[in-house]
Amino acid sequence: MKRNIVLSGVGGQGILLAAKIIAEAAELQGYQVTTHEIHGMAQRGGSVTAQIRYGEEVHSPLILEGEADILASLEAIEAIRYAHYLLPGGLAVISQQQLIPVTVSTGQAQYPADIEPMLARAFPRYKYLDFCSIAESLGNARMSNTVLLGALSTGLDEIPPATWEKAIAVCVKPAFVAMNTTAFHRGRAL
Amino acid sequence: MKQLLSGNEAIARGAWEAGVHAAFGYPGTPSTEILEALVKLPDVYCEWSPNEKVALEAAAGAAIAGTRSMVTMKHVGLNVAADPLMTLSYIGVVAGMVVVVADDPGMHSSQTEQDTRHYARLAKVPILEPGNAVDCRDFMIRAFELSEAYRCPVILRSTTCVSHSRFLCETKDRQARERMPFERNPSQFVPLPLWGRKLRVKVEERLDRQSTAAAAAADLNREFLRAPALGIISSGVAALHCLDIFPDASVLKLGWAWPFPDDLIRAFAGKVQRLVVIEEGDPILEEHIKALGIACDGKNIVPRTGELTPARLMQVKSAIDGQPHPVPTAIADAADLPARPPILCAGCPHRGLFYALSKFDVVVTGDIGCYSLGVFPPLSRTDVILCMGGGFTLAHGMSKAGETRPVVGIVGDSTFFHSGITGLLNMVYNRGNATLIVADNRTTAMTGHQDHPGTGKTLMGDPTIAASIPDIARACGMKRIRVIDPNDIDNTIAVFKEELYVDEPSLIITQAPCVLNDKSAVRAPLHINPDACKNCRSCLKLGCPAIESADKKTKPAINPQLCTGCAMCQQVCKFNAITKA
Repeated sequence: MKRNIVLSGVGGQGILLAAKIIAEAAELQGYQVTTHEIHGMAQRGGSVTAQIRYGEEVHSPLILEGEADILASLEAIEAIRYAHYLLPGGLAVISQQQLIPVTVSTGQAQYPADIEPMLARAFPRYKYLDFCSIAESLGNARMSNTVLLGALSTGLDEIPPATWEKAIAVCVKPAFVAMNTTAFHRGRAL
Repeated sequence: MKQLLSGNEAIARGAWEAGVHAAFGYPGTPSTEILEALVKLPDVYCEWSPNEKVALEAAAGAAIAGTRSMVTMKHVGLNVAADPLMTLSYIGVVAGMVVVVADDPGMHSSQTEQDTRHYARLAKVPILEPGNAVDCRDFMIRAFELSEAYRCPVILRSTTCVSHSRFLCETKDRQARERMPFERNPSQFVPLPLWGRKLRVKVEERLDRQSTAAAAAADLNREFLRAPALGIISSGVAALHCLDIFPDASVLKLGWAWPFPDDLIRAFAGKVQRLVVIEEGDPILEEHIKALGIACDGKNIVPRTGELTPARLMQVKSAIDGQPHPVPTAIADAADLPARPPILCAGCPHRGLFYALSKFDVVVTGDIGCYSLGVFPPLSRTDVILCMGGGFTLAHGMSKAGETRPVVGIVGDSTFFHSGITGLLNMVYNRGNATLIVADNRTTAMTGHQDHPGTGKTLMGDPTIAASIPDIARACGMKRIRVIDPNDIDNTIAVFKEELYVDEPSLIITQAPCVLNDKSAVRAPLHINPDACKNCRSCLKLGCPAIESADKKTKPAINPQLCTGCAMCQQVCKFNAITKA
């Protein structure tokens, strides 16, 4: 068994925490785990990814394009930018949140008007949901990463809900564990 | 105990377990988190030094005084610290000392792509290359042992991918270590030519012994013997990619590749039918292996530049097999997506500086830091960048060359202390007339908000002096010094008008805290009243990510989640359309 997961988004959205929780859950489940993160200049509002690999034996921390079981994105077009990482038939989980890049606001480029047809072309299997609003309704829009995590967890049968809960408890500050656990389960039920 | 550690955390952990007593460094992606992780562990002295040369020299002092020490930096930092490294190789250390250098293949956050292995050869010191966090911890402990065994500093070379990947690591307790006595011995520690010539011979003899030891170091240099048809010699994380991409190939993963383990290389080459050297960086191993008379492929099929990603290794595989192994590339729709380059954050005080500069016809020499981003549209207000401290010195040289436009040299506050002071002194001493600016946001922002000599706090968290940039400039003989708030755009422009055209040296310190670091600078978000807004798009010329406009017909709006209330947009709006939300 080998699992490859790519998370994408915009610097500052919280994909590093989501990656950490996945890695922790896989570790608790007894797998070898490796993750890869982007730090530094790219974090300043740039397009960023995090990668998680786990299984009986993993060597490289980097996922080969076309071999990700799951692609999850916290921003709509950032899913399309990394669509080629997904296995044919892999699961895409995409937030409806749209963050307009400065290149668009200053007239150098255009943000696509209609995203759904692009998603349909890119992904045979995808969930395109308003994770932000769900997180906001649960008390904090910043938890959209945990809601998204719940949604993508349905594609990882080998990790049961109890393990996810433990991983959240390890990775999230104590005061926010209960809230994030609820957010995770809301995402999982979507 | 097992912990999921990043390469940088594992380097810190290994050093701590090895009983490191003192650690020095200057922040630089991808190396920064090493000292940030180490300072959280007990009983280690850690400091941010003003630059890498200072840090390496201080670490050398600690190691000569008989305690295990280390120094951390990014690859370009070793350019700054190269001078002491060369001589330290001669005079040596008493207790172990490790020079941790993180290279950045692919130039994710760097101005050059350098292969630190060249420095190991130049300084004639061993270099270890971990491939993941497990190696990082283990190799760090071994690096201290080797440093003590040969009485010379040892380089540990990480890369971006190694430093920022996580792996499950077995961790142990810290070794108890006593300080080893420093005993006076000028013929060892003072490299005057009469003694230096003898030390020079010893360095060369040391290399032969190290080469033999490296060939026998099975824990650092690992053979993965699989089928004999294809043999790969590689190092670092590239070797780990190879284990996945070439599942049938035998792989010699070199963790101690220099001084070259010749006997091991010869033995491995004898076990395989075809040999390929896959190196991230320059063909250092390949050229040596060919010099040994062993036939191999290398940079004829392996990319010379950039990071060796799995996808690029699939291309290498195609070249080896003679049959294509296609890898998916970005889909057609992705080509039309708007780019999302890194930008100055919402509320960044540097924005006011560059916006004000955009009102003048000047030549701007910038430097390394967040303010490098001032080069991008719509601000587009940096013309040349060279290196740390170069913002000041380039400006002086350009104005001395007779550049007819006013020349403006910019460095950041951390950069000022790193290597800006000598450039300022030089310009004043030599009667230059460029305008120097310190973009002072009270922190080392780009690397994640580290303290520096101007912040009043040490890496250990202790309060300390806050060195004054104006006082230092005054001591260097600078007469015209202005300290202004770049969030006040009109005043910034007015001060530039007064300072840019004077025929004498001038220093402007644009001082306001980084809003990511100092939350007290964050104010309530602003709002654009759509009835008052004429869609003149002046506010968009600030290039603020909080001001969004999907297309030219859509009036701009402020994203309240991003806005920090800096009010620069309010100042440039001619129609008073921007108010508190």
